[in-house]
Amino acid sequence: MAELTAVLASTHHPFYYKATTSPEDQRPPYAADWQRKVEAYRETLTAAEPDILVMVGADHFHQLWLDNYPQFLIGKQERCDATFYNEEREFGIPKYTLAGDIELSRYMHQELLGKDFDFSVSHELKIDHSIICPIITVRPEADLPIVPIYTNIFVPPLPSPRRFYQVGRAIREIIDSFPSDKKVAAIGTGHLSLELGGPRQFGEHGPDPLFDADAIKWLSTGNIDAILANVTHESMAGAGNATHGFMDLLLMMGVAGPGVHADYVDHLDLFHTREMYMTWYPNKTQDQLDAAARAAATAQASTGPIYATDPAWEKFRVNQEQA
Amino acid sequence: MSKYYVNKFLFTIDRDPEWVASYREDPRATVARWEKEIGSWLNPVEQTSWLEFTQEEREALCTHDYVWLFEHGAHFFLNLTLFIALFDEEYAAAKGPLAFQTEMAQKLGHWTGRDYPSVAM
Repeated sequence: MAELTAVLASTHHPFYYKATTSPEDQRPPYAADWQRKVEAYRETLTAAEPDILVMVGADHFHQLWLDNYPQFLIGKQERCDATFYNEEREFGIPKYTLAGDIELSRYMHQELLGKDFDFSVSHELKIDHSIICPIITVRPEADLPIVPIYTNIFVPPLPSPRRFYQVGRAIREIIDSFPSDKKVAAIGTGHLSLELGGPRQFGEHGPDPLFDADAIKWLSTGNIDAILANVTHESMAGAGNATHGFMDLLLMMGVAGPGVHADYVDHLDLFHTREMYMTWYPNKTQDQLDAAARAAATAQASTGPIYATDPAWEKFRVNQEQA
Repeated sequence: MSKYYVNKFLFTIDRDPEWVASYREDPRATVARWEKEIGSWLNPVEQTSWLEFTQEEREALCTHDYVWLFEHGAHFFLNLTLFIALFDEEYAAAKGPLAFQTEMAQKLGHWTGRDYPSVAM
């Protein structure tokens, strides 16, 4: 059977590429710290030696549209073009062509339907920055075949948080049963608290740092009960109108499993949002754990959960009490 | 409010550089041309018999009034992305990075702490 060697859950930030590839004198002041953390995070995937990447993201109205909008969709094709004109325009992200792993796509789709997850399918899916951002950050060689999976975090009514988690659990079972000797890594991106096109966008910090503190704690400890008790579509909207992307991080936690502690956890306060980089090794090897420890030393990251009592959150609690 | 049709406008303009340039230069003429050439078509052959803007919607689009669009449930992501395409470069050149995005947030500031108009349809 295939081996799931890593599960990655991270935020995706379309500014990263330009911030870290512009001429030195044009880079924003936070670029160097950001790049150091991302390149350290990359090592946690490299250590998993994947042959195939199952990539979970969400189209930002680039291809999927309101005349026919799926809740969950899998791409099944031999090649995937990536990056739309308006992403090049706004973010400077280059175009890519990725290989698709049609064998695993086909198996994944069939097995998902067999488990009563009625996925839509696309045979001409063009990938947007929800999947290209993590390629840029953790596999910039863009040399591995992918299985793209899209979720609806944008067009209400949305599937429930519970459903996102269940889809993650199903994907885990399917990868584990895939008749292949390949190593598979599952990588999904979404958001912590985030505001786009509303009054809290592009503020000094993300719109709700204390939601982020809880989210990182819940995800890094695999605490599905706390998430289902505390996170609803309404509560996410309260944390920022685009916070529903958290459900893709929750989906990845579902792939990792309930109660499973992450092996690498990092985050970075980037003036208008908080970045998060998390990795689980489902079949841990000493080499993987050593790689995570080296990466954590470089990035000042953690090799285990980060709790909401971490000193990083104190200033936000003070602000809340003053308010 | 035909939220779908307003969103269709934002979506189909934003994805095409020629339409973006046209909408920036002459929004009123672009809206009229869009209704004939894009908005009323499901595909190159099939035409809608019923989709149209209200007068208020058309006027908001003709005046680049993203605050009105937000307040009437246009999708926040489309509303942000297209107006970034229109204004980001000139604002950034004059006032620095993300100046347009910051101004947009300020203009919507009276919604802070309130439930935003729903984008659901």
